[in-house]
Amino acid sequence: MAADADRGEALAARVAEAAAAGTPLRIAGSGSKAFYGRPVAGEPLSLAGHRGIVAYEPAELYVTARAGTPLAELEETLAARGQRLGCEPPRFGGRGTVGGMVAAGLSGPRRPWSWAVRDVVLGVRCINGRGEILAFGGRLMKNVAGFDAARLMAGSLGTLAVLLEVTLRVDPAPEASLTVSLECDMAEAIERLAAWGRLPLPLAGACHLDGRLHLRLEGAEASVREAAARLGGEARADDGGLWAGLRDHTLPFFSADDPRPLWRLSVPPATPPLPLAGEWLLDWGGAQRWLRSDAPAGAVRAAAERAGGHATCFRGEGIEPFHPLAPAALALHRRIKAAFDPAGILNPGRMYAEGGP
Amino acid sequence: MAQRSEITVDESAARACMAALRRALPPDTLLTDPDTLRTYECDALSAYRRLPLAVALPHDREQVRTVLRITREHGVPVVPRGAGTGLSGGALPHPRGVLLSLARLNRILAIDPRNRTARVEPGVRNLAVSEAARPHGLHYAPDPSSQVACTIGGNIAENAGGVHCLKYGLTVHNVLRIEALTADGETLVAGGGGLDGPGYDLAAALTGSEGLLAVVVEATVRLLPLPQCARVLLAAFERVEDAAAAVAAVIAGGIVPAGLEMMDNAAVRAAEDFVHAGYPTDAAAILLCELDGTEAEVEAGIARVRALLAEHGATEVRLARDEAERERFWKGRKAAFPAVGRLSPDYYCMDGTIPRREIGRVLTRIAELAREHGLPVVNVFHAGDGNLHPLILYDANRPGELERTERLGHRILEACIEAGGTVTGEHGVGVEKLDPMCRQFDEATLRQFHALREAFDPRRLLNPGKAVPTLARCAEHRAMHVRGGRLPFPELERF
Repeated sequence: MAADADRGEALAARVAEAAAAGTPLRIAGSGSKAFYGRPVAGEPLSLAGHRGIVAYEPAELYVTARAGTPLAELEETLAARGQRLGCEPPRFGGRGTVGGMVAAGLSGPRRPWSWAVRDVVLGVRCINGRGEILAFGGRLMKNVAGFDAARLMAGSLGTLAVLLEVTLRVDPAPEASLTVSLECDMAEAIERLAAWGRLPLPLAGACHLDGRLHLRLEGAEASVREAAARLGGEARADDGGLWAGLRDHTLPFFSADDPRPLWRLSVPPATPPLPLAGEWLLDWGGAQRWLRSDAPAGAVRAAAERAGGHATCFRGEGIEPFHPLAPAALALHRRIKAAFDPAGILNPGRMYAEGGP
Repeated sequence: MAQRSEITVDESAARACMAALRRALPPDTLLTDPDTLRTYECDALSAYRRLPLAVALPHDREQVRTVLRITREHGVPVVPRGAGTGLSGGALPHPRGVLLSLARLNRILAIDPRNRTARVEPGVRNLAVSEAARPHGLHYAPDPSSQVACTIGGNIAENAGGVHCLKYGLTVHNVLRIEALTADGETLVAGGGGLDGPGYDLAAALTGSEGLLAVVVEATVRLLPLPQCARVLLAAFERVEDAAAAVAAVIAGGIVPAGLEMMDNAAVRAAEDFVHAGYPTDAAAILLCELDGTEAEVEAGIARVRALLAEHGATEVRLARDEAERERFWKGRKAAFPAVGRLSPDYYCMDGTIPRREIGRVLTRIAELAREHGLPVVNVFHAGDGNLHPLILYDANRPGELERTERLGHRILEACIEAGGTVTGEHGVGVEKLDPMCRQFDEATLRQFHALREAFDPRRLLNPGKAVPTLARCAEHRAMHVRGGRLPFPELERF
């Protein structure tokens, strides 16, 4: 295991130097999500050595870690005290850093019933594009002093600032977890979820793949047993790696050998099955839909937009990864980027082309 | 970048703007009569009052856009306002600006039980959302104490919290999509119909931005299933420190209460006199701890909390036997502010958040400061998330007492910052906490806030002079601290 180290000052100096020279920087943690977004041409700025848990107070429900801290290490530390991250972030290839988790803003199967990555971000220390070290938010759940620039970092893919340290809300791990599986097609799964979503069930995951609807129940032992009985179907404590496979994209559905692009559609959960040919996997109770399809990008995006959502090309050659923004929104994005990074040196073009962030 | 001073508007621009507004808007949407304007001179922080040039009361989004386009053209500031229940002066009018009331945009556009969302206009009252959702077994979780009156637009501007936010989150966690108009009158969509939107998380940026970034004209909020059951425990303590330690123990015990509130003896007595909640009036402090969820879950949790409270010195622990008693326990808490209001002609409500482990120490410090300033302080607060609401009792009619109250208030906020906390947990900065903001943030961070604001509103016309202090103000504030009230350093940069 690498030694903990605070490289904040050196990193800030490097950013300031790059800003003065106009040298673009490509920010990297473990590289587990390097495929996500547009490629960046720039000098690498590695956060891997800037690592370590700075503060962890289980009774205050927060942990502060340097950006390069491996996610696995953070999760082990939390688990040892019976806690966890509610946002269940992916660990692609078993890797991932705390900073990468926040920068990518990707949340796992528990997201609709617990928190998104942005929800658990309480504060950040970061370096803006001028090489200044800034602190937004803090270590408290309730804090409305100043604009919420800390949460704005979630999902900004390093285009606004280099994250140095993040403070995250943690939650107690549940006493028990059960998985219930039922045979049904996708349309019926969506119907059932729309009805069950209104009931006070201890849901913590709901996905549909290969003709089966899987529900994860978490909470007090008695409570999950009762809910499992109510839902019917087959209930088991051992989920056979289902939820971890969904979270980390190790299920066969996500296989890199599949030549078809992998799409992520974010839509209202009760949206009926969308008329796009390909293979579907429903997650987040229907609010996040994965699609393996050769359908034209325009058709996928139009279908998502008609449903009130948006589509990301998660993996696919030659396709713009993120849903295009309206011209006024893109202009605002550019101004926001310029407000943090006037020289445009932090991961330029990782999200959008032609001077977009 | 140079951070310029706040906006100045000359007389002729203001007059031209008024004339243009009169031409463009129906007569009932523009108020200029000084007596009518008086209604809008302050929000719930009534120590600050000002008359605006005019009040605009648009009926729909297009009229909001018209107001924004005309004011921008003339360089006139706009102060958005919901129900005016804010406690930090965020809706205080600008003397040369238009107060933009969103109160008439008050339609619930859709309740979607299948997707568990409500699409509403900004002037819809917080409680009205939950009332409309209830027939579907759903509710809107954020419940600020003003929920009968406060609006969703105002809740978004302030990132409002409430009693249940430890478990269910603040406004930012419960808003999915925002449609807003920028200072230019352009439509801005943040978030999406699902659980996220493309691009930057603008919904996070807008929530809690105190009306400085854009004017919300529509919001889609999440609805959650009503819990199967909710039960509340009341625990009495002989020492405030014990109650504080019990709070930390409950959270450390892996329990996430739906509500965990604390009241000190003065608050307990005031509430008991007012609503007869059945509180033990001899207790130094009481805790109300509510758990919700399934029957089985709540029953197991109650047993654990009972044991933890007893272990931490609770002299009495009562479980509300039925719904009527549960409501009575809460009634005392919810009536605490008006109950305290009966004790004194005026009170000033503070809003700092601190780490839970510091509650005992900070309460002791507040008591010391109260004695030093010769003003009583009553404490009623969201203990579960460390959000204090010390109430300073004073009489504005006694010369100098308001100033002394403000000094005490600032000392209390400093104590919160020193304990690792923040100067505002849920009420916002407004005009009230501009100076404490200078203590909490360094210059580079404040400059970044201003730059972010200018990305949305380059001319700084939306709610100028609120939420983020100018660097010049902070320079003066810091100098005053260092130099004991003498004039600030003449060589300091002025913007």
